[in-house]
Amino acid sequence: MRKAFMPLLIVVAVLLAYAPVMIAQGAFEQSMGLVSKIMYFHAPSGMVMLVSAIVCGVASALYLWRKNPAMDRLAMASAELTVLFGVLVIGTGPLWAKKAWGIWWDWEPRLTMTVVGWLIAVSYLFVRKYAGPGSDKLGAALAVFGTANVPFIYLSVNIWRTLHPKTTVVPTLPPGMRGPFWFCALTLFLLYLVLLTARIHLERQQNALDELYLALED
Amino acid sequence: MRGLLIALCSAVLTAAPALAQQPPTGQSEFVPMKNLPPSEQIPAATLLVAGYSFIWVAVAFYVWTIWRRLNKVEAEMRSLAQKTPQR
Repeated sequence: MRKAFMPLLIVVAVLLAYAPVMIAQGAFEQSMGLVSKIMYFHAPSGMVMLVSAIVCGVASALYLWRKNPAMDRLAMASAELTVLFGVLVIGTGPLWAKKAWGIWWDWEPRLTMTVVGWLIAVSYLFVRKYAGPGSDKLGAALAVFGTANVPFIYLSVNIWRTLHPKTTVVPTLPPGMRGPFWFCALTLFLLYLVLLTARIHLERQQNALDELYLALED
Repeated sequence: MRGLLIALCSAVLTAAPALAQQPPTGQSEFVPMKNLPPSEQIPAATLLVAGYSFIWVAVAFYVWTIWRRLNKVEAEMRSLAQKTPQR
């Protein structure tokens, strides 16, 4: 992954720079108008947030089971990216909602559960930073709960009557919207991989520094 | 003094939900969004550009925090390596 980092970084930069062109050329939903184009980066941000929460939870479960430090580093990096992509999805959603629904925010199931999922990731980071010895295991257990919340976030729009569009929207996108949508989704997934690699490297260096301090004490 | 404080807090807490339930002036009847005067409408393009810009700013800020933390850790490692006697 380390060898692929630079080429991947360049590819992501090019895709991010080209994404506005794709969004400008993409079609918009008739009843909502131009603002519906926010979907092109709002929905993929949500998808990446959910994937990141799953990666964090699975890596944490593996860490609890096998005590593999690499899994702990992966979980830590994923938790931070869950928070980042959570900020993106929670930040861009209200811009769309204000125009489409007439309100910035509504405490309906999808939005509320997304905030809960985001708060679990934030609490994971707080636990890791301030809980002291044993915070790795405590945080890992919290991350597993965070992953358990993911199916509820995804299915909430189908289970309950909500303002938010259902999960059937993305698979049934018309051809004019499908291209830009999956282009933006690919861009954000690759961005996630790049940031994950960089963040894991930082965590590895941090661990090396801790080991240096321990060696110095001995 | 404590009693006065409790009374004040109780009054605020009791009044807040009552005030929150008061309909704001001008919203006593339904007005379709498309019928709003132009001054009340938010242009869609502005929201779209704001959304994409927000993503760029947030990602750039996060990349900057990684870069800053990495620099700090590596500087600390170099400084520690210099202090550590060769074994």
